Amino acid sequence: MYDNPNLERKVAQNETKISARNVQVFYGDSQAIKDVNIEIEARTVTAFIGPSGCGKSTFLRCLNRMNDTIDICRVEGEINLDGENIYDKRVDPVQLRAKVGMVFQKPNPFPKSIYDNIAYGPRIHGLAKNKADLDEIVEKALRRGAIWNEVKDRLHAPGTGLSGGQQQRLCIARAVATEPEVLLMDEPCSALDPIATSQVEELIDELREQYAVVIVTHSMQQAARVSQKTAFFHLGNLVEYGDTGQIFTNPKDPRTESYITGRIG
Amino acid sequence: MPLLWLILIVLVLGAAGYVAGRQRAMSSAGGDPRHLHSLPVYYGSNVALFATVPALLVLVVWLIAQPMYIDRTVAGEIPAADIPQGSTLGLVMSDVRRVAEGLDLAISQGVMTAEEEGALVAGESGIREKLAQVGVALGSDVSPITLASARHYRDMTATGNLVRDVLVLLLAVGGFGYAFSKTNRDFRARNTVEHAIKLSLILSASIAILTTVGIVLSLVFNTVEFFRLYPAAEFFLGTTWSPSFGGGSSLGVLPLLWGTLYISFIALAVAVPIGLFAAIYLSEYASPKVRAFAKPLLEVLAGIPTIVYGLFALLTVGPLLVSAFGDGGLFGVNWMSGASSVSTAGLVMGIMLIPFVSSLSDDIINAVPQAMRDGSFGLGATKSETVKQVVMPAALPGIVGAILLAASRAIGETMIVVLGAGAAARLSMNPLEAMTTVTAKIVSQLTGDADFASPEALVAFALGMSLFVMTLCLNVLALYIVRKYREQYD
Ligand SMILES: Nc1ncnc2c1ncn2[C@@H]1O[C@H](COP(=O)(O)OP(=O)(O)OP(=O)(O)O)[C@@H](O)[C@H]1O
Ligand SMILES: [Mg+2]
Repeated sequence: MYDNPNLERKVAQNETKISARNVQVFYGDSQAIKDVNIEIEARTVTAFIGPSGCGKSTFLRCLNRMNDTIDICRVEGEINLDGENIYDKRVDPVQLRAKVGMVFQKPNPFPKSIYDNIAYGPRIHGLAKNKADLDEIVEKALRRGAIWNEVKDRLHAPGTGLSGGQQQRLCIARAVATEPEVLLMDEPCSALDPIATSQVEELIDELREQYAVVIVTHSMQQAARVSQKTAFFHLGNLVEYGDTGQIFTNPKDPRTESYITGRIG
Repeated sequence: MPLLWLILIVLVLGAAGYVAGRQRAMSSAGGDPRHLHSLPVYYGSNVALFATVPALLVLVVWLIAQPMYIDRTVAGEIPAADIPQGSTLGLVMSDVRRVAEGLDLAISQGVMTAEEEGALVAGESGIREKLAQVGVALGSDVSPITLASARHYRDMTATGNLVRDVLVLLLAVGGFGYAFSKTNRDFRARNTVEHAIKLSLILSASIAILTTVGIVLSLVFNTVEFFRLYPAAEFFLGTTWSPSFGGGSSLGVLPLLWGTLYISFIALAVAVPIGLFAAIYLSEYASPKVRAFAKPLLEVLAGIPTIVYGLFALLTVGPLLVSAFGDGGLFGVNWMSGASSVSTAGLVMGIMLIPFVSSLSDDIINAVPQAMRDGSFGLGATKSETVKQVVMPAALPGIVGAILLAASRAIGETMIVVLGAGAAARLSMNPLEAMTTVTAKIVSQLTGDADFASPEALVAFALGMSLFVMTLCLNVLALYIVRKYREQYD
């Protein structure tokens, strides 16, 4: 985002991108997230792990206010993106989501052509000056989504006609095309075969050079492979958060240890 | 034996069969239902079904077939020479039936005894007066041949009824006995009952289909009859509609078709945007509370009888339009002379179709997966961008289907046209002029003392047929589009 080399240098290795303070989330009367504090770093892959129903998706969706679309969902506390509270009244959630992109568990390409799927975000945000510009953005996004070679000859075929793994990479490319600063991924590989999974993992590793990536996963191996930081959730609490290496080799909390070794979950 | 008794006996046999079958099954299993192949109810139902269904089916077929058969036989015995001048076999037969019926009534009401009836001689003993006493009025005195035929008719009916009663009772008892004897712990009563249920479902489905076929066939035959009396080319290409029952009418369908299409077009121009926007609001924007309250309210509109809409057109919308476009009206123009006009009917019909369009579209929009919307929101699109660029394109085929269904309703609508659009068949572009539609003319051609053999009355069937073909095409097209749309998500 920053073209200025001076600014570039000032960005410390562990600059905080998102910081959450005392976040509570309620669905109606039931509390899904209890008092979570976390600092998510820029240019880092952060993995959220934890047993099913512990609130990983819920917390992830708080980070770009996707929970706003659920009527009964209520969020308390403070979540700062670059120091600015995204739940402040002045913040436009639509603008926010352009900065904090999201990839969903199930691939959800629009029933449009592959090209239009990718061009969707750039078009609504006016990122392209002209057609040639847009073509370039689309190609770049598809290349970064590691799917360009497979679709370059059929850009105008419907995106729904791709295989599941291709669709997921298309969705990642679509999210990348709007040039977000943070990319949230909710179990992006749960529908993919091992080959597509490793392609997506490679992609995540590349994305880290520019973005903060947050990934929810049920695979310990995946978390260990792709992430630098890991957060373990349990029953709506953030139990433990730290360097991935430390969490997996030397967890401090007994609950984390039993989850990682497969005793709870 | 009266019919009612017969049916009651069969039903009582069925009920007894239920109890007996159940008991026999239980006792064959030593009182423990776990040793039975099926639940005890199935054994009971099985016997009850065998006792009632074949008997009642034969009864129904017999009731339909017997009068037809007797009619044919008796009619065949009347010599052509005995049919009076200016009458037909059909008229004579209806006299025969009336006399037979009257004699039956007279005997059952005690006006005469069976012996007196046997002593009656045509022409002298005042049969006509006797029958008038029991409420059967005859146009003329009973001729010998009519009386003879009526007697024969009665004899055959009496024999037929006796045979019928015996047969039905035999079947009921036989079915009972057969099923009862087969009842034991290993008998698969559950499967038999399953079979019976399947058959009854098939029966219902075929009744619905056969009725439709029957309706279409009657339309087709009458239409063919009409085209034998009136040239098809003049019907399809004629531009004037002026029926006169004295003959020499021009029955060109074009002005009516034009009126139909014009009014439907205005109706859709009103209903489609409003209905669609309402659906989008309800499914995408409204909070659950508003939705729970507004959707049923909107659907109440669909429950209003169309005649009420017709009154609304006649008493409110028409005068309102006149006060705007009529002489001395709001706009100072004089484009409209009466309250009846294409616009009046079109606007009101449009209001009638709003809930139709909105509730169908609402269902279709709701069927678009939430994941599509999430994907769009996740990219930073606003609600309206999401609706316009993702939800609508995904729902479009279904919505087109909904619109076509609404169109076929508009084409078939009658009451609003009768009250709102006037009765003049006209080929005109002016939306403020009175016109009429195919449906309204079908009504006016068939009401009153129309002779059903004249082209002026038969034209109603040709009109109905044209309408039927039009709406059928629209519906098929709509179904085709909706089906194609379904394939995308299922
Ligand atoms: N839309 C909703 N309405 C009501 N309750 C919800 C909703 N979504 C989630 N919840 C509840 O919030 C809790 C956390 O759910 P969440 O989806 O965040 O779990 P998760 O950690 O992502 O689980 P998984 O690993 O199975 O995806 C669960 O108890 C769930 O029942
Ligand atoms: Mg989840």
